[in-house]
Amino acid sequence: MNKIIKEHLFDLIIIVLFTICVFFSLIFSFKPIIDIAENNFWNFFTEMLSFLPLLFILIGLFDVWVPKEAIIKHIGEYSGIKGIIIVILLATLQAGPLYGAFPVTHLLWKKGCSVRNIFIYLGAFSTLKIPMLTFEISFLGLKFSLLRTIITIPVFVVIGIIMEHYLKKRYFEIAEIS
Amino acid sequence: MTIIVSITIISLILSSVYDRKKTLSGVKKGLMIFVKLFPTLLSVIIIISVLLYLTPKELFLEYFGNESGIMGYVFAALIGSITLMPGFIAYPICGFLIKNGVSYPIIAVFVTTLMMVGVVTIPIEKRYFGLKVTLLRNGLSFIGALIIGITIGVLWNLL
Repeated sequence: MNKIIKEHLFDLIIIVLFTICVFFSLIFSFKPIIDIAENNFWNFFTEMLSFLPLLFILIGLFDVWVPKEAIIKHIGEYSGIKGIIIVILLATLQAGPLYGAFPVTHLLWKKGCSVRNIFIYLGAFSTLKIPMLTFEISFLGLKFSLLRTIITIPVFVVIGIIMEHYLKKRYFEIAEIS
Repeated sequence: MTIIVSITIISLILSSVYDRKKTLSGVKKGLMIFVKLFPTLLSVIIIISVLLYLTPKELFLEYFGNESGIMGYVFAALIGSITLMPGFIAYPICGFLIKNGVSYPIIAVFVTTLMMVGVVTIPIEKRYFGLKVTLLRNGLSFIGALIIGITIGVLWNLL
């Protein structure tokens, strides 16, 4: 118990402070904080609770079912361009904010996905998720989305390659949250 | 959203048919990661909620407006990096900005930094990658977003 409190001290302070603020704002009907809690916070909170548990169930299933050999073969060190295409396709099928992708990268890394492909996965995840693209097209138009997609792909592939080079001679691991 | 729900349900059914025990341990494993991450997620969304409240969309307009020139790009990149919002909030704001005369390249910089760079989520990210790698990834993404925006700016009127 002590360990949990120690590790999450900053988080707990924020959570407790926010709870107190909301509590007193409700009593004294202080509008701004009630607004923050009712609109922004509640939106994020429900978004998080609605899909993250499912996402983590999928991660768990992936962990127990997909063998390391398959990952190494398809998106590992020597998977080449085919591996890049596979991680990009994998990433576009996901949903949710970037912080939901980090646990997935830990799993991929543990199973033997190459460093380059992990950062390409993050790039594709953050910029090319299909659910998000449909939203983008409806608000900003197809021309914008297509152009952005075409230009973005080489950019995050290059970022992946740079990260790979940088980390090649260094010790790198993706930690598991404990 | 419905895609994720259906994929999860189908995977769960298939998985249980093949091996109940394995399924259970997988679900347990996944949910444990979620529980451990929960306090950090909660504090991050609290911070984002407050930040978002302090930046109404008229404020975006003021900083991204066309008359702001090159500074428009810089502000778009900075604000996009600091804030974090899901698509269903970000895109309506972008639509509003476009209607009010903000240019597409600036929106491209804003949207890309918003998606790829996360200053408020650094506390989460660094727990996975370590601080150095996290800063490097965010820094590279920041530069990448500027390149994307400028390229769109050059190509936009040609196409």
